[in-house]
Amino acid sequence: MSTQQTELLTLAERVIADAHAGEQVEAFVSRDRETAIRVYEGEVEQFTSAQSEGIGIRVIRDGRTGFAYTGTLDASGISGVLEEARDNAAFGTPDPWAGLAQPDGVPVQPLVLWNDALAAYETPPKIALTKELERLTLATDRRVRVDDANYSDVLVEIAVATTTGIRMSGRENGCYVSVSTLADDGDETQTGFGFSVGRHPDELDLDKAAREAAERATRLLGAVKPQSRRLTVVLDPFVTAQFLGVVSATLNGESVLKGRSLFANRFGEQVGARGLTLVDDPTNELAFTATEVDGEGLAARRNTLIEDGVLAQFVQSSYSGRRSGTASTGNAVRGGFKGTPGCGCLALQLLPGTRTQADIVAGIDDGVLIQMVQGLHSGVNPISGDFSTGASGVMIRNGALAEPVREFTIASTIQRMLQDVIEIGGDLEWLPMRAAGLTLVVGDVTMSGA
Amino acid sequence: MIDHDVLERVLTTAMRSGGEFAEIYAEDKRLTSAGLDDGKVEQVNSGRDRGAGIRVVRGETTGFAHTADMSERGLREAAEAAAAAASQGGGGVRTVALTRRTTAPVNDVVVFPDTISKSDKVALLLRANDAARSAGSSIVQVSAGYGDSHKRILVANSDGLLVEDEQVRTNFRVSVVASGDAGMQTGYDSIGHTIGFEVFDRYDVDELARRAAQQALTKLRARPAPSGSLPVVIKAGSGGVLFHEACGHGLEADLVAKNASVYRGRVGDQVANPLVTLVDDGTMTAEWGAITIDDEGHPSQRNVLIENGVLTDYMWDFLRARKEGRPQSGNGRRQSYQHLPMVRMTNTFVLNGTEDPDDIIRGTDHGVYVAHLGGGSVNTASGDFVFGMTEAYLIEHGEITEPLREGNLIGNGPQVLQDIDLLGNDFAMGNPGTCGKDGQGVPVGDGQPTLRVKAMTIGGTAA
Repeated sequence: MSTQQTELLTLAERVIADAHAGEQVEAFVSRDRETAIRVYEGEVEQFTSAQSEGIGIRVIRDGRTGFAYTGTLDASGISGVLEEARDNAAFGTPDPWAGLAQPDGVPVQPLVLWNDALAAYETPPKIALTKELERLTLATDRRVRVDDANYSDVLVEIAVATTTGIRMSGRENGCYVSVSTLADDGDETQTGFGFSVGRHPDELDLDKAAREAAERATRLLGAVKPQSRRLTVVLDPFVTAQFLGVVSATLNGESVLKGRSLFANRFGEQVGARGLTLVDDPTNELAFTATEVDGEGLAARRNTLIEDGVLAQFVQSSYSGRRSGTASTGNAVRGGFKGTPGCGCLALQLLPGTRTQADIVAGIDDGVLIQMVQGLHSGVNPISGDFSTGASGVMIRNGALAEPVREFTIASTIQRMLQDVIEIGGDLEWLPMRAAGLTLVVGDVTMSGA
Repeated sequence: MIDHDVLERVLTTAMRSGGEFAEIYAEDKRLTSAGLDDGKVEQVNSGRDRGAGIRVVRGETTGFAHTADMSERGLREAAEAAAAAASQGGGGVRTVALTRRTTAPVNDVVVFPDTISKSDKVALLLRANDAARSAGSSIVQVSAGYGDSHKRILVANSDGLLVEDEQVRTNFRVSVVASGDAGMQTGYDSIGHTIGFEVFDRYDVDELARRAAQQALTKLRARPAPSGSLPVVIKAGSGGVLFHEACGHGLEADLVAKNASVYRGRVGDQVANPLVTLVDDGTMTAEWGAITIDDEGHPSQRNVLIENGVLTDYMWDFLRARKEGRPQSGNGRRQSYQHLPMVRMTNTFVLNGTEDPDDIIRGTDHGVYVAHLGGGSVNTASGDFVFGMTEAYLIEHGEITEPLREGNLIGNGPQVLQDIDLLGNDFAMGNPGTCGKDGQGVPVGDGQPTLRVKAMTIGGTAA
């Protein structure tokens, strides 16, 4: 990401040059190209080659905001968009804090998010590695079938320009493979998945993706419904990352301002167990969502949100920063050219402990290892804090993994779970999500089953 | 949207590399949305998405490319990319001649949203805000959203089909936060229909806002939901998602074909209690999942999936139907021109039974009454599903008593279908939904009468 004069930045600048006196204008332009390959039973089942592009324009005048977008970069397509955004602005309620980001002097930390070799990578080896992933997965276990094996790469270019002085352009690319599995035993079928992410296909670990997809499915064969009770849960790294995604909604400065955060008045208080430190660090190149700038074009930065269990920081966009009397923490989040930026975490991680999952499990007399959760979107409410999710996994008895279990829920509240963290694993793992995973042990969680 | 001659030439280009089937799906969609939060109309948004997706099928391989460039050159480039993707060379020449087909519209739009001023749309938000806030001093936050879309689609394929359709959708939602001694609680309600602005003659946004507010206020005195297995009574119009998840997805032919559904090979079997008749119906006028044609150009239709508990058929798209040599069922849908179609539901619902809903509650000694459900999800291979209860109450000695905090309900699809033991006579459709599958979201509807499931696992924290 830089102020380098790309074609897209030129286009964005041309749009904001048409701003009227007294109005702020932002143009966000993006273009991406994607290749997606799906293999089934040794054949290419789907091959998608896609390019999309578009521009989103925000106009702010007298505290009123309007927005419009179009999914093309054709001059004729773009021509009416600024006018439409301007018209939309007339219908907003004046908000004294409304405004675009201003350059804040925080320098951009350069990251290597672009790989020339991936951009030049040919189609045949992409197909070959997808077929190889399917073959490797099938070879792990005779009970395993492959639902689909996938390769995907994406190349994204963006530019943003504002009348307040923001000028940013950049590009990044990446690739990943994923495989979905089915494991059969008699009438019973269980499912699993595995994946690997990289900046170049050579970085993709097909063996690991295949092995994990097979293990996840076969490990659940013969699973029973457990008895309801309270116990210690051990969250697999993938589940922990999903849990952190839920927690992040409570640390959002905009939610705090609007009375939607259960941590709103808890600044400086002990909201988590001692030893629990949560950071949002998009400047870590290892993070899947690493980025040099946020959704408003300000430098991305490392923020410590919870330090040794104490609530230390909410993440802020320029709007929430201005309104709360603080400043942007570089946490504007933007889904693409079709919308305006909101506020949120970019790349979360818990600071890791030291022990492996196996060592942790060996120290637990009675617990359950949660391998997958289902229904985080329906059973978790980050405003009330209620947490309830369907789950499957493996019981832990006297320090050893015992029988697989499924068709149960685990429930607590977000507030209690953070306080009830017993141990944080040392097995930090970067996942294709906004949060990194590691093994997390939480005490006193309700398991509902039979 | 695109000239007849251009379509024929582009399809001919797409078939040049030996494709067996080629299709152009073109779309021009305009949308407007407006959001209110924290007492302010934050923003009015408008957008336009326009482009075409071209797929070419050869053997088991589907090649797909899409473009926002609707000129003949842009379309031809996409056709070539899709053809190359579907094949590694070879091929012959096959020209395509198109015949236009018309289908009687399923939805009768009276007031196109683009004829309504933005200030009228924004006024609805302000009304909803006032109505929700006047429900009580414990209401601390309200957000509301208005949205409309007007989409024109065109499907042309190498079988000679040429068909166009217009789809108009209008929706409105309200979210409320209430604050009390025991923390914050939320309420939510929404409407969505495939008609225009006249939807607001039928539904009152004030009423919608009051319901959302009341839900949040009621939950302020909620106690933790029980944990473990209990009888569950689901209010009419709030539990269609149960069937969407418990069996709907498992009846999609693409999942069945890959042996990724517990319902594979079970046509003719008694898969549900004989009380249950399950229908997927894209022709249900004005409902959120109603479509005149699906996104492969096939007319929508009413499909009976389960009749008196017996599995009668799956849902089909073009590819799966072609493979099995049987008719499509109007269930080939896609999120946009940037996506490939696949088998999707439309409006999925269970037909009325005979019980008085009050008798169902009275006949339940100890259980849970679910008045509002959130989203859900299912693992189609195992049949295990979850869905969230966003408004629920205890049933004690045949009466609805205390409100419960939120939690998930879980079950196993085939088991729950057998365990439905009482079915009411008060059928209602539920809230508009967005069904997600393989990364694509499409609008769907669902509905059911009040019903009882003998036992489901409730994911609360109380003993």
